[in-house]
Order: sequence, then structure tokens, then C-alpha cells
Amino acid sequence: MAETRVALFVTCLVDLFRPSVGFAALELLERGGATVSVPDGQTCCGQPAYNSGDRETAVALARRMIALFEPFDYVVAPSGSCAAMLRHHYPGLFAGDPAMAERAEAVAAKTWELTAFLVDVLGIAAVDSIVEARATYHDACSGLRELGVRRQPRELLATVAGLELVELAEPESCCGFGGTFCVKYPGISTKMVEDKAADIEATGADLVLAGDLGCLLNIAGHLRRRGARVAVRHVAEVLAGRLDAPPIAAPRGSGR
Amino acid sequence: MSGATPVGFRDRAREALADPTLREALLSIRRGWPHARARAIARLPEFDALRDHGRAIKDHVLAHLDLYLERFERAVTASGGSVHWARDAAEARRLVLEICKRAGARTVTKSKSMIAEEIDLNAWLEAHGIVPVETDLGEYIIQLAGQRPSHLVGPAVHMTREEITELFARHHGTPPSERAEELVAEARRVLRQRYLEADVGITGANFLIAESGSVITVTNEGNAELTHGLPRTQIVVASIEKIVPTMEEAFTLLRLLARSATGQEFSTYTTVVTGPRRAEDLDGPEAFHVVLLDNGRSGMIGGTLRSMLRCIRCGACLNHCPVYLAVGGHAYGSVYVGPMGAVLSPVLYGIETARALPEASSFCGRCEEVCPVRIPLPALLRYWREEAWRRQLAPPAARWGMRLWRHLALRPGLYRIASGVVARVLGLLAGRRGALRRLPLAGGWTGSRDLPAPEGATFTSLYRKGVR
Repeated sequence: MAETRVALFVTCLVDLFRPSVGFAALELLERGGATVSVPDGQTCCGQPAYNSGDRETAVALARRMIALFEPFDYVVAPSGSCAAMLRHHYPGLFAGDPAMAERAEAVAAKTWELTAFLVDVLGIAAVDSIVEARATYHDACSGLRELGVRRQPRELLATVAGLELVELAEPESCCGFGGTFCVKYPGISTKMVEDKAADIEATGADLVLAGDLGCLLNIAGHLRRRGARVAVRHVAEVLAGRLDAPPIAAPRGSGR
Repeated sequence: MSGATPVGFRDRAREALADPTLREALLSIRRGWPHARARAIARLPEFDALRDHGRAIKDHVLAHLDLYLERFERAVTASGGSVHWARDAAEARRLVLEICKRAGARTVTKSKSMIAEEIDLNAWLEAHGIVPVETDLGEYIIQLAGQRPSHLVGPAVHMTREEITELFARHHGTPPSERAEELVAEARRVLRQRYLEADVGITGANFLIAESGSVITVTNEGNAELTHGLPRTQIVVASIEKIVPTMEEAFTLLRLLARSATGQEFSTYTTVVTGPRRAEDLDGPEAFHVVLLDNGRSGMIGGTLRSMLRCIRCGACLNHCPVYLAVGGHAYGSVYVGPMGAVLSPVLYGIETARALPEASSFCGRCEEVCPVRIPLPALLRYWREEAWRRQLAPPAARWGMRLWRHLALRPGLYRIASGVVARVLGLLAGRRGALRRLPLAGGWTGSRDLPAPEGATFTSLYRKGVR
């Protein structure tokens, strides 16, 4: 079988806040048989600019990322929203520039969210990991609605030994992160994350997972503030069985 | 009541979040309509195909709007009625007032109409000595309370039963009753008399049928029927995009409308009216007028906002919007609220005035997911954000922040150094706690959540060192 050359798009939040997620993603992709590169010079996909209305900046950043990723067979990100930015929004940024639009389309067509890529492209049916936990899963909005990521993480989580998955009452409700939204409208964002935290606590889970670090930082930060004893991790960490880093927002040296 | 504009959104949102009564009312929407909708859709496996059909109908009409509008006018005229064209709200108000004056109207009954709200008709009629009486129960309640509707479908959903009880007791001078049926019966008693007194009936329209000149109105109370049927003069106020070619298309859209709005398979009353009373008719108005409002809509046809004209005002985007469900309708300070309102308000008020509304979205995409005619609402909100950015309406701090971030993100070497420093400094500040309770300039975040600390080194730097 021909080699599957995958570019790992680390994403700016994982790069800055939680390298563990990047390494977990790398390991999962390699375990699945992909040849993974981390193209040098990655910064950000441009979402903050795009969602703030600064289209020109989004275009400038998209140009860079397209050039960086186009040599590979696939681009995979441990984030639904960053993957959706490339897959859904890049082509539209170059309306009126057919040559660039074509390149954007090509990159868009081979960009995947991590868990969807593992299941739907690499055909992975089970992961070889053990995590003893009662976990719940939050469907991050962009991955869910723009990429249809819903079934894949659950299928893989079901194969993690020791893991029991309990569903939230409203797994598809937004956690209130929304990029700059959470600081532009902190009051509304807080109401949303309070609802999410209450839903998480009501499940009795000791671990909450999602596929997007922005949402996880929001959820973990709020759970920590309200003193909830629920660990927060990216789904990739659990699938790879890499729990060496303390949970998000948890004290150093604390376990799960 | 209608003095509010979208400018004060931020402050009103803050007040709304602190209002326990409103929170309770919003919670009952959240627990009610979305679930009713989901159940109704589960019973109709072809719902998604129906949505495609609905979108196609609307797109077809928008592509030939001039043709269908003229056809509608001809049909209305042929049936003995008249069509009046209103470029904007002021013109529409003038036209309605002229008709009312010619009819010698002192009292007019009204069934629920968002267009009447859009042109602020009640205040205008009152200022000219005409008493408007709302006959939709929700509209009647907010008219007594001197408020604007807070929801497309349920204008008074922000009020609890206790508040309505108190309001009725005050206005009707009756002993307070807390039972819903008694409140409804009380409103009915008061309104029945008003129906008989009214000289003019004003209704909105859910659909205008180009082929026949008919007007379709749906209600769950039958009040449109009485508003149509009893007064001598009938005025329909409607916007131009309400037109469909024939009855058949209207009924396809009605199937989408009721399910999306309230989870009903069909609204309780679907009223179809064509022209004034004919000699052989048992009832109906002697004069039949349709006031067609543009108010910025024709300007939307040629651009990005065109798809917004597909909207059938079902309210599903409100019922599923976490922002709407957090702050309620009045916070928006606009006739139209929720996601659809955040797209339409800048058309009506200007982006300078309404900028806060398209900003107030986490882009969760729920609105687009549930829209029966597949309006890409997040993309339209983004369109307005781009407009605002282009006109430099964002605060200077945001603009400078973006410029700095752009400068870094376009220079990977510099970006690597900067992100390395931030990761290290935040990591050090948090120490063993693993999170920060407070951080200068990050009050928006740290007001209600800790900032999880970075692990300490960036992925890029670790990867370069050979860590795996």
C-alpha cells in the first residue's frame, strides 16, 4: 500500500497551551500507519481574524497555510474548528482569484479533523489504550456541524479499555467559547459555560472530553473556578492513552 | 417601548442575565419548543427533502420577484381589492392611516403582524386618534404591558403566568386568576366586544399567493379569521418577500413552518382570504387593501444577504440559539431578535447602530442547522462583521490587537519566539496551581473561569528538540 503522507496541523492553541495533544495526535496517526510530518512555520489558520470580520488578514494567513500544506496527501488537525476553517472557509476566501481558489479547494478537500480521519480514512476500528474513567463527551460545535464529527470519537472511545462513556443531556449545546466571543460577551458566554458545567456534573462523570482545545480551556477553566472535581482532557489524549500531563487547568503533579 | 435600539444590547443583556423571572421564562422555551420540533421532525422522515424544496421555492421566487409581485397585484385588483406599494416604514404607515381615515376608523383590530411591528404601526395610529387592539393573545398581553414582542411566534414568552395575572387584574379590573384557562377566557371576553366594535381589521400575512391574490395567515387562536371577517375594511400589511407562486408552494412552506415553529404538523387555523366580500359571500370585508412593504429588502436581493429573504419567520433559530436563550428578545432592542434578527437589524437600523447584534454569536451554527429554508445564518452574521470591520467600527483596542497578532502570525520565526515566551511566562505565573485566577487585560475570561496554564513549552519547540 502506498505511503499516506499526513501533515499534522498542530493548531495555535495546542502549540501554546497543550503540546500533549499534539503528541497524542502524532502517535495516533503513526499507530494508524500514516507517515506524519509537522510542517515547519505553522502559526494560525486565521479563524480569529475571519470571525472578527478582518477578511484581509484571514486571506493573508490562509495563503501561508495553503502553501505549507499543499505538498501532503492529507492535513489533519486535533481540532474541528481549525479543520473546518481550512475545509469550509478557505475556498470562499479566494472568490475572484481562481488560481488561489483552486489551491484552496485542493487543500480543503484533504483536510480532516483527527478522529474523523482515524476512523473514516485510516479505517481504525479500535485503539489500544487503557483509561479507567467514567467519561462524558462534549460535541464541539464546528466539528459537529461543519464536519459532521459525532460518531467517530464515540466509536473510538468505546474501544478504550476501562472507559465508560456517559452522554450529556445536551452534548450538542455550545459551551460558550466561540473564540473572541467569550471575551466580547463574557456574561452570555458565562451563562453558556455554566449550563455546560451543570450538565457535565449531572452525569456523574469524572472526566470530560472534547475534540477542540478552545472549548476545553473554557470548560476546564470554569469547572476549576466552581471547584468541580471533574478532569478535562482532549479526546486524543485518552485515545492515545497518554495521560502523563495533568488534566487541563489541574494543579501540576495531579493525576487524572 | 420602541425607543430601544440595538445600541444598548450589551447593557440590556447584562440586566437580562440577572433577571430570575426572565431566566425562568427562557428556560421554558428551551425545554419546550426545540423538543416539540424534534419530535415533529422525527415523525416526518422526508423533512430534509422538504427543507430543500422550501429553499428552492423561495430562491425561485426571489429570482423572479418582480414578476410575481406584479402578478399578485393584478390578481388582487381583479378580485376587487387594491395593492399599495410602500418603499419604507414611513410610507407604509401613511398608507395605512389614509385607508383608516377614509373608513372613518376609531378602533382597529389587529392580528399578529411583524410588519406592523417593523413599521411601528400602533404608536402611529394612536398618535392619530385611532385605537389599535391586538387580538393575538401574546400581542394583546404585550400591548397592555407597553412592550415589544420578544419572540417571533410567542410575543410574550418572556413573561411568566404570574406577571400576566397581575397585568390583567390591573387592566381589566378583575380579581386575579392564576389558571391559564381563566386568563385566556378573560382575554377572550374582553376581545370579543372589540372585534364587533372595530371599523378596520389589520392583519399580517404568512404567504401571498401570486396566482390568486390570496393572503394566507396562520394562527393558533383563530383571531386572524375574526380580524379579517368582521370589520368593513380589511388591511393586510406584508413585506414583498412573502410572495409565492401558487397555493401549492404555500402549503409546502406551511408544513415546514408549523413543525419548525412549535412542532405542530399544521397550525390550528390557516386563514385564506381573497379580495373583498362578493355578492354571494356570507361575510367578509367590503374593502380589501394590501400594503406591500419593501423597507430595504429589494436592496438585499442582489447581494450576500439575499438568502435572508427566504426566512418564513418560524422562530426556530431563536428557540435553538444559546445567546437568545440567555438574554431573551428585548435585549436586542430590535423588532427582529435572535439570529435572524441579528442579520436583519443592521438592514433596518444600519450597521453602525446594530453592530453589537452580529457580534453576539459564538458561531455555534445551531441556527443554520434548524433553519427550515437553510439560511446560512452564521455566514450572514459574518458578512455584517466584515462590514463593521471594513468601516472601522470595532474598538481601537481590538483593531490594534488584531494588527499585532497578524504581524506575528505572518512571521513564523517571530511567532515562535513570542509564543514560547507566553507559554513560559503563563506557565511560571500559574506555578503548581496549573491555572490562573486573574490576569491583567483578561478580565473577560477570568471573571468566571480560571485560565488554564500552558504546559510550559510550545509543541513546536519540543518537537524540534526531538520530543515525541
